Amino acid sequence: MDIVIENLTKRYGVQKAVDNISLRVATGEILGFLGPNGAGKTTTMKIITNFITADEGEVYIGGRSLRDDPLEIKRHIGYLPENNPLYQEMPVIDYLEFCALINNIEKHRVAGRVAEMIRITGLNSEKHKKIAELSKGYRQRVGLAQAMIHDPEILILDEPTSGLDPNQIAEIRKLIRELGREKTVILSTHILPEVEATCDRIFIINKGRLVADGTAESLRKKAQGSDILRVRIEDGDIDQIFKALQSLKAVSMVDFADRQKNRFDVHCRSEEVKRDIFRLCVERNWVLTEITPFETRLEDIFRELTMN
Amino acid sequence: MKTIWIIAKREVNSYFDSLTAVIMIVLFLGFSGFFTWISGSDIFFLGQASLRSFFGIAYWTLFFFIPALTMKTFAEENKSGTIEMLLTKPVTDRQVILGKYFATLILIAIALALTLPYVITVSKIGNLDAGGTFCGYLALLLISAAYASIGLFTSSITSNQIVAFLSALFIGLFFHIIFQIIAGGMKGFLGQIVNYLSITFHFESLARGVLDSKDVIYFASIIFMGLFLTEVSLSKRNAFN
Repeated sequence: MDIVIENLTKRYGVQKAVDNISLRVATGEILGFLGPNGAGKTTTMKIITNFITADEGEVYIGGRSLRDDPLEIKRHIGYLPENNPLYQEMPVIDYLEFCALINNIEKHRVAGRVAEMIRITGLNSEKHKKIAELSKGYRQRVGLAQAMIHDPEILILDEPTSGLDPNQIAEIRKLIRELGREKTVILSTHILPEVEATCDRIFIINKGRLVADGTAESLRKKAQGSDILRVRIEDGDIDQIFKALQSLKAVSMVDFADRQKNRFDVHCRSEEVKRDIFRLCVERNWVLTEITPFETRLEDIFRELTMN
Repeated sequence: MKTIWIIAKREVNSYFDSLTAVIMIVLFLGFSGFFTWISGSDIFFLGQASLRSFFGIAYWTLFFFIPALTMKTFAEENKSGTIEMLLTKPVTDRQVILGKYFATLILIAIALALTLPYVITVSKIGNLDAGGTFCGYLALLLISAAYASIGLFTSSITSNQIVAFLSALFIGLFFHIIFQIIAGGMKGFLGQIVNYLSITFHFESLARGVLDSKDVIYFASIIFMGLFLTEVSLSKRNAFN
């Protein structure tokens, strides 16, 4: 099932929490929803899951408008809300049973589904404990289990890995990747490596507005303009090396990255530059000890787009 | 209907898991038992094979007991955010409200059913008026249903259980005594209207054993209003969500 969002707007008083956002997520795509705190990520997710209604705009899920048949559409959505609210006083297994039943799973399949979810999320040793007694990481797993129990075609996960340790994060990411092959997944986070590790596409919003939409690579290209190489050349006078590098035809600009260690950032015009640098070093008898393509980090893109 | 039942079942279980149910039932039986059998104008004092004194006591105990039961229904879910988890499941707002409402009614019915030994005891002592007793229990159920709907509403407007409890008592107080007092100071048609609003007025006629459709309609309208306002309040998805 795909998700199509058209010109979505939601106001709280005079403030627009979501401002005219349009978005399309194809089946089998994992979309990373990025933005600083208060950007409108959670509000958008609440609208998609039909917890709140938008003031303007439409959400179509599998081609059907959310306004027309919310009950039927909700059956196809699994949702992990922000802060993962759970019935603390219930034992894990009872809670999952309740979630299965309320999602209209037939009675004879409930036990099987609950067992399956407990296996997938690794809750076996904790299944008889009350949710209030679990650690945060295990609670997060219960939250994921309840979102997936009815095998929904769409998963909306609001900060799915918050509160997990690095091993659990790796596990959950792997799980999301696997699920994402056949399901449509939207996940929000402000952990940037997470987006790179799990998502096919990135969607950045700020103050309720869309600021970027694309793959991690395409966003990088757009942000950085030209390729940058980090080069270290030893056994030569630093100023001479600087001048020599700048005189190369394929080089547009050279910066000192680290004067002590003879490191330079070389902004290049074409692919030829690596060969040119190598030849230059051979000619002058300098030693080339490092040459790395320098990628703009997602953090920098994020900061650039969301800081005014 | 199935969904309502699933929600109601979970609610009843959570009442018992959190011991709220047990504490409330013990308190209810303790108070009404004490005043029915041991102290004040109890059954032996009246010297009649009648449960009138029990109905009079239960009328007051239920008035406090029900807001205490309903206060957590929505307020707790608003506070912990589970309301979001629940309402994004394939359920309607109305199903959630009815599920919680029936759970409360089931609990009250259990509490009242536990007083059936009183009926048996009194009927052994003397000649118990079966019709009157039935009407008395019906009256207790109806006022419980009315107060439960008010309690559900006040719980849905806040995320603080104490606020929910106190505002339910405050609204309940009007029906319970204030309308009656106001009506006492008024004459003619207006006095009649205000008196008609008083729950006591309807409870007393029912407890006397008179089953009148006017009383039933009165309780049904309070229940409907309470549940309707709950639905309106829930649909607003208040700021604390």
